[in-house]
Amino acid sequence: MKTTLLKIAVAAGLMTGVATGAMAQQKNVTIAVSIPAATHGWTGGVVYHAQETAKQLEKGYPGLKVIVKTSPDGAAQANALDDLMAQKVDALVVLPFNSDELTNPVREVKKRGTLVTVVDRGLKDASIQDIYVAGNNPEFGRVAGKYFVDNLKQGNVVVFRGIPTVIDEERVSNFEKALEGSGVKVIDKQYANWNRDDAFKVMQDFLSKHPKIDAVWASDDDMALGVMEAIRQAKREDIKFVLGGAGMKDMIKKVMDGDKMIPADVSYPPSMISTAMGVTAAHFYTNAPMRGTYVLNAQLITKDNAKEHYFPDSPF
Amino acid sequence: MTETVLRTGAEKRRLKIDMRALSPFIALVVLAIAGALINPDFLTASNILNVVTRSAFIAIIAVGATFVIAAGGLDLSVGSMAALTAGVMILTLNSLGGADVGTLAIGMLAAIGLSAACGLANGLIVTFGRIEPFIVTLGTMGIFRSLVVWLAAGGTITMRNFELRELYRPVYFGSIFGIPVPIIAFLVVAAIGALILYRTSFGRHVVALGSNEDVARYSGVPIWRVRTLAYIIQGICVGIAVLVYVPRLGSATPTTGLLWELQAITAVVIGGTALKGGVGRVWGTVVGAVILELVANIMVLSNFVSEFLVGAVQGAIIIIAMLVQRSVHRGR
Repeated sequence: MKTTLLKIAVAAGLMTGVATGAMAQQKNVTIAVSIPAATHGWTGGVVYHAQETAKQLEKGYPGLKVIVKTSPDGAAQANALDDLMAQKVDALVVLPFNSDELTNPVREVKKRGTLVTVVDRGLKDASIQDIYVAGNNPEFGRVAGKYFVDNLKQGNVVVFRGIPTVIDEERVSNFEKALEGSGVKVIDKQYANWNRDDAFKVMQDFLSKHPKIDAVWASDDDMALGVMEAIRQAKREDIKFVLGGAGMKDMIKKVMDGDKMIPADVSYPPSMISTAMGVTAAHFYTNAPMRGTYVLNAQLITKDNAKEHYFPDSPF
Repeated sequence: MTETVLRTGAEKRRLKIDMRALSPFIALVVLAIAGALINPDFLTASNILNVVTRSAFIAIIAVGATFVIAAGGLDLSVGSMAALTAGVMILTLNSLGGADVGTLAIGMLAAIGLSAACGLANGLIVTFGRIEPFIVTLGTMGIFRSLVVWLAAGGTITMRNFELRELYRPVYFGSIFGIPVPIIAFLVVAAIGALILYRTSFGRHVVALGSNEDVARYSGVPIWRVRTLAYIIQGICVGIAVLVYVPRLGSATPTTGLLWELQAITAVVIGGTALKGGVGRVWGTVVGAVILELVANIMVLSNFVSEFLVGAVQGAIIIIAMLVQRSVHRGR
């Protein structure tokens, strides 16, 4: 329900934005975008999509200026916010490094009357944000669990966890909830830190320990790649498929090409920054109401819709 | 420990050193027995070979760390250095574009060259800058890590040429006479390391420098050369580890080699090298690296440790293993 609403809102926003773009020519608006620097694959994707979207929006809405600023850590991001505010901006789109450190700096920005859009990681005080765009971690686990129930129906599954965080806990607990009452059984779980090398090692050990594994929930594309290499080395034929997550281009490519071991993926798109920027821009150039919370679907990516999720130029 | 060893008679000292050198092996055997009791699958040939093969990177890097630590230094940058070297090696291979042995050889040379240069940089800054190695290598750790993040634009550096990947793959996954190539690689590196440390004047200079810098200087040990060379050896070892690492997953990411420096240092210390310098045990170091990997393996194979507590149990096992070692040579 929420997601349908979101799609309509974004679609309406973008369309009216383009339509009224010509009329609103004289309107000058500056949007600042503050995001973490590319320190791992996913944030690398965020930076890429932010820069691409900035170009597109500036083209679509004459008079719009988008400033994208990346920061290597929370303290640096707080400083960057100060610098951005000195340039007099109308709106701030921020993907905070962490909730604790950035709640107050963002509140200061808000006090100046700036429109605030928060992305992915929420602030301590939800009243600061005008617009909130986030991925859906519980659903990420649910969609993956449902895929196993629908496609495996019966069998033994091993689960790879990420780094012990709220995100990881939400994903895994909802995955297990989705399996309840089905014939799919989790026979082992282990942390592999969203890391390819660690996943390779853990999978080698799982293969030694369990004589029959029917499928693997790697829960992340980096980990899935490590898992695949370990399976290949062991020459085991019992594993029917590996399900990753996030939407790394190498994995989407495999889904697109019909790789039998990688039949699907679950999205947690770094391009959610683009959604946030689009909605924020639409706020200024359309009459449609934009304030609110947008929770993005964790979508199941299969051969049919993989094309929509494939960005060959993105580093992620 | 070293002081007491120095004060005892020559006969007795040799016996003590032998026990100290032997204790990591005893800890290894005890752990292997524990592993077999926890899960019978532990003793399958494929599991043992997997574990020892996996320990190759840390073992090779730790052989270099043995030199640096024995000389009274420390290198925190090895993990980042490995990531940077792997990244540059893959980018070199991609830009050359070929799928033949010649291409691979150039990529390998680039890797060894770069890691040796990184080691040289560490060594020169420590020697001529007269800055604590902890600070210098903490700095270069950040520099090397950011450089690889920058090269990858935050994403992944992957070997593009599929044929070249297949050609290179046996360097990790292949075996000679049933022994995986990485195991052979780390045995050769350790043998050469032991030869240099125990049988050359440079090796004796390293230990002399680590036990007392002033005495070493007055005895005519070329301090700056020995110290810089130790860091270069460390760099070359990182390069060799990368040569074995790259064919495994064919990619480098900003998280490649994260915390390898701590694992290498732990392996060195478990192996019986004193963290304050003056003693170096190459074979102990290699065993230390295998022990670390073994503990992680036993954790996954065991059915009774919750995944939330793996870190705690792992830490406890390492401490207990060290206590067992200590009691073994104290008992003598």
